[in-house]
Amino acid sequence: MTTSSNLVYLIALPLVSSALLILLGRKADKWGHLLATLVSATAFGIGVMEFLAMHTRTGAARAATQHLFSWISVGSFNVDASLLLDQLSICFVLLITGVGTLIHIYSIAYMSHDRDRRRFFAYLNLFIAAMLLLVLGDSYLNLYVGWEGVGLASYLLIGFWNQKPTYATAAKKAFVANRVGDVGLSLAIMIAFAQFGTVTFEGVKAGVPHASGAAITAIGAMLLLAAAGKSAQFPLQSWLGDAMAGPTPVSALIHAATMVTAGVYLITRSNYIFDASSTARLLVVIVGGITLIFGALIGTAKDDIKKALAASTMSQIGYMILASGLGPVGYAIAIMHLLTHGFFKAGMFLGAGSVMHGMDDEVNMRRFGGIGKLMPITFATFGLGYLAIIGVPPFAGFYSKDKIIEIAFNAGGTKGWILGGATLLGAAITAFYMTRLVVMTFTGSKRWDEKAHPHESPILMWLPMAVLAIGSVASGFFFNSGNSLVNWLAPVLNSRGVEGGAELMKPIVVSGLALAAVVIGVGIALTKYRSNVPIEAPEDVTIFTKLARKDLLQDSFNEAVLMRPGQKLTAGLVKTDTNVIDGLVRLVGAIFIGSATALRRIQNGYVRSYALIMVLGALALIAMIWVVTL
Amino acid sequence: MLTAPVLNYSLLAPILVVLGGALLGVLVEAFLSKAVRPAAQLAIALGTLVLSFAQIIRVRNLTSLTAAVNSVTIDGAGVFIQGTILVLAFIALLLIADQDNFAAQASAVPGSEEERSAIATGKIQTEIFPLTLFAVAGMMLFPLASDLITLFVALEVLSLPLYLMAGLSRRRRLLSQEAALKYFLLGAYSSAFFLFGAAFLYGFSGSLSLNGIAAAITGGQGNDVFLLIGIAFLSVGLLFKVGAVPFHSWTPDVYQGAPTPITAFMAACTKVAAFGATLRIFYVGLSAAQWEWKPIITVVAILTMAVGAIAAIAQRDVKRALAFSSIAHAGFLLTGVLALNKSGLSASLFYIVAYGFTTIGAFGIVTLVRDSAGEVTDLNRWIGLGKKSPFISGMFVLFLLSFAGIPLTSGFIGKFSLFNAAYETGNITVVVVGVLASAVAAFFYLRIVVMLFFTEPTNDSVTVVIPSIMTRFAITFCALVTVVLGVYPSLLLNTTQTFANFLK
Repeated sequence: MTTSSNLVYLIALPLVSSALLILLGRKADKWGHLLATLVSATAFGIGVMEFLAMHTRTGAARAATQHLFSWISVGSFNVDASLLLDQLSICFVLLITGVGTLIHIYSIAYMSHDRDRRRFFAYLNLFIAAMLLLVLGDSYLNLYVGWEGVGLASYLLIGFWNQKPTYATAAKKAFVANRVGDVGLSLAIMIAFAQFGTVTFEGVKAGVPHASGAAITAIGAMLLLAAAGKSAQFPLQSWLGDAMAGPTPVSALIHAATMVTAGVYLITRSNYIFDASSTARLLVVIVGGITLIFGALIGTAKDDIKKALAASTMSQIGYMILASGLGPVGYAIAIMHLLTHGFFKAGMFLGAGSVMHGMDDEVNMRRFGGIGKLMPITFATFGLGYLAIIGVPPFAGFYSKDKIIEIAFNAGGTKGWILGGATLLGAAITAFYMTRLVVMTFTGSKRWDEKAHPHESPILMWLPMAVLAIGSVASGFFFNSGNSLVNWLAPVLNSRGVEGGAELMKPIVVSGLALAAVVIGVGIALTKYRSNVPIEAPEDVTIFTKLARKDLLQDSFNEAVLMRPGQKLTAGLVKTDTNVIDGLVRLVGAIFIGSATALRRIQNGYVRSYALIMVLGALALIAMIWVVTL
Repeated sequence: MLTAPVLNYSLLAPILVVLGGALLGVLVEAFLSKAVRPAAQLAIALGTLVLSFAQIIRVRNLTSLTAAVNSVTIDGAGVFIQGTILVLAFIALLLIADQDNFAAQASAVPGSEEERSAIATGKIQTEIFPLTLFAVAGMMLFPLASDLITLFVALEVLSLPLYLMAGLSRRRRLLSQEAALKYFLLGAYSSAFFLFGAAFLYGFSGSLSLNGIAAAITGGQGNDVFLLIGIAFLSVGLLFKVGAVPFHSWTPDVYQGAPTPITAFMAACTKVAAFGATLRIFYVGLSAAQWEWKPIITVVAILTMAVGAIAAIAQRDVKRALAFSSIAHAGFLLTGVLALNKSGLSASLFYIVAYGFTTIGAFGIVTLVRDSAGEVTDLNRWIGLGKKSPFISGMFVLFLLSFAGIPLTSGFIGKFSLFNAAYETGNITVVVVGVLASAVAAFFYLRIVVMLFFTEPTNDSVTVVIPSIMTRFAITFCALVTVVLGVYPSLLLNTTQTFANFLK
């Protein structure tokens, strides 16, 4: 273990900058966005230097730590505020600061007409700081602070335009759904402390072999609940679509590339827990499998370009969760998909933002059409991201998703067939809805208003898109060549290559199947949407389309199963509280107030009474001491 | 031949500096013109405290049993308490510096022509500053004193100026003078008990020093009846000063009548000093006889916590309410005396710091809430103040929450570590009563919060005056300490652990 003194700056710089921008208020309007961007870029620079330094070290010396201060020290409960930068967290540091910086740059132009641009950048920097703390904390409690911090930043940014009540509601919804997950994380931490007496990653890892199986499974399940909240996984997925109310750069950074993947980080970071409990692993793959199909189905029916992309994000994170639930073969693959997804999904979100920028903030794809010719750069970068997400070789998504399908089949037995089938089906649906999205937006006939004048976005906007497009093209190949990412992460994740497990099918067969699924999905979408897209969404559709448009009834489900019984329960509790509990409290209160009034009478203000009380007290003391020593 | 006693002036410097400053203050009072006097007095007083604190820093790691011929012990806990008193006195002085609170001429008859003309012409006396310094000097000697005579002298040195200071309020002077007289009479009365107890202990052990008494207890010679009566009467004297039940009756009357900055000073510094001495006497002198005195101190602690918390509920005057709250806190601190081990001592040291700052802050805010006739201490007239002055009311709430022991305030950490120490020694009854009393007290504190923030204000002319820069600094500093020690307690906990030892 190496010690480093630079890690704290990664977090401190954006945090200070954020505070500065908020505290200075309008005084910082002129230069606030520049400072924020500079700070984010500096953090990226530090990240790169740390990465290069880590690369030169070998073995156990690769991980670096920094002790900041002793945070909590109560009896046997000691928590240090310490940072840990290892092979896993550096991936996240580079993703967060790298993509983060690009999105800062993009936002300078995107938000240029907003009078609150400075506040927007303050929140962005706050997010960067919190997210870095999340991935750099060396214990679950430090992680928790960052976890809450990104939740706060996400809430503030979803509701950034809170003058619209629906946007404010969306922010609240995200916050509440996240709280449910957060309870899971805090429970996991408490169980871990009760079991191991420590909450550091290292300490928990060391304690796992000696702990009871039930406790490990409980921790795993609670961590999964936490991950489901933060990463919009079933059954806490419903907030992500509404979160698109936030400005598009936020959707790209927080609700596509980084924050929503924190759940995957949490699970892979806790690999020692999941390795020790097959039940917990099973829960993880079930959640991942359901979500990946669920999200994909919602994506097929959305006409709002951002909501379609959000559904896709949900589905892709489902892939990652599923992979991380497959144990040692899957952790590194999950991270690989997370990183490639970070490139192509952020790129596509920025592309969507660019389209909206040119179309007066229109988001309905039925009112787009033929934009590709007018916005060639956006089309090109978006197109590369598209090819990456549907998994066309040699683009980034091919390598990572193909691996997930492969290990899903290799899970063995019926489970293997179900998981493999689900991932394959997901790939086909992904190809379908993404093709639908691209075709409806960029090709075909114009369907937009006379008033709209689509135009290419300024360089500050397309440059980040271009950089991300390069990542969408090349990152998969780079991560996969010589198994470099898997080997890099192996010391932390206890991971082994795909070749390690029993093979159900030859990899080449899996790739063939996956490609076939993609071709089918693309083919169907092309025949349906190449021409004749009605401007108004048709009403005479099948029940399945109606369901998908309504997000597969996720909100109705929540209302019927959680909200209404919850309200009834609350009403009942309130009744009990006012009648029974408050009654008791009032009784106790009355007793105390009565005795207090009696005491007041003794306190009559006469020195002689006071002196008498003292004498009696002194005599009582002597009497007592006498009795005691008898 | 008479040999002069050998004094270690270097180790005694913290006390000597304060005494010197006080004497200088007396000269200034006599010879300087009234125009420059207030500023000069304040500068001398604050400077003295700073200089003395510098001496504390210098001697902080030194220990000695013979700094003044066996009658003063310099050790970790003593030095820590001295430092605490100095810092608290410094903050209290910033409140005292607001001369508006004090009688122009203490000798003038209340409401007389003489008094009015003194105020009108600015003939204002500033003897409050040297008096404060004399009291501080006594307070600094009290917790170090290791023989019964020195203890008594220190007790009187700290008490006499306080009797005077309590009677110096400019407004409601009769109430203030009544408080002073009461305090004096009952104080003298309790001093008699103290002396009586000291005499019995001398009769028992043939020694006046705490170590000598401890040796006699361990040795087993001597008349046990003398020992028991001695312990009981000595305790009365000490319990009177800390305001423990049933020797607490003076507290609400005096706290209410005294000028509020003086109340702040008494509530914080006197209590710290008295607890310092109590801890030393019981830890060093009487620990061998613990089976005799522990039961009675346990009963006193329980009574004190219960009466303080319950009586506070019925109070309608904010100063009386805070007085009962300070009585309850004395009960909590007695659990630290009962613990009789290092962690108990360390927790007590932390508690007195946390309590001291919170107390000065709370009384500081009381000085700010006024109408045309001066301070308004009737709680009913504080209703709705949160809407008029959210910031000041918010700070007051912070102090109340700390008194109540709500997490993220210093009060929580203080109570937690104190009860923890008591629990470790198996004194579970005290801990249970302590937690219950905290709950009762929380009811009272939260009621004030509700009054301030959640009740519609009536049409009343109560306002919060704009504080002077010194008052503002004092209150803000206290609030800061309350929060910082609540969020990051190891800052002080480590220090109290290092200093928590008595030299025997």
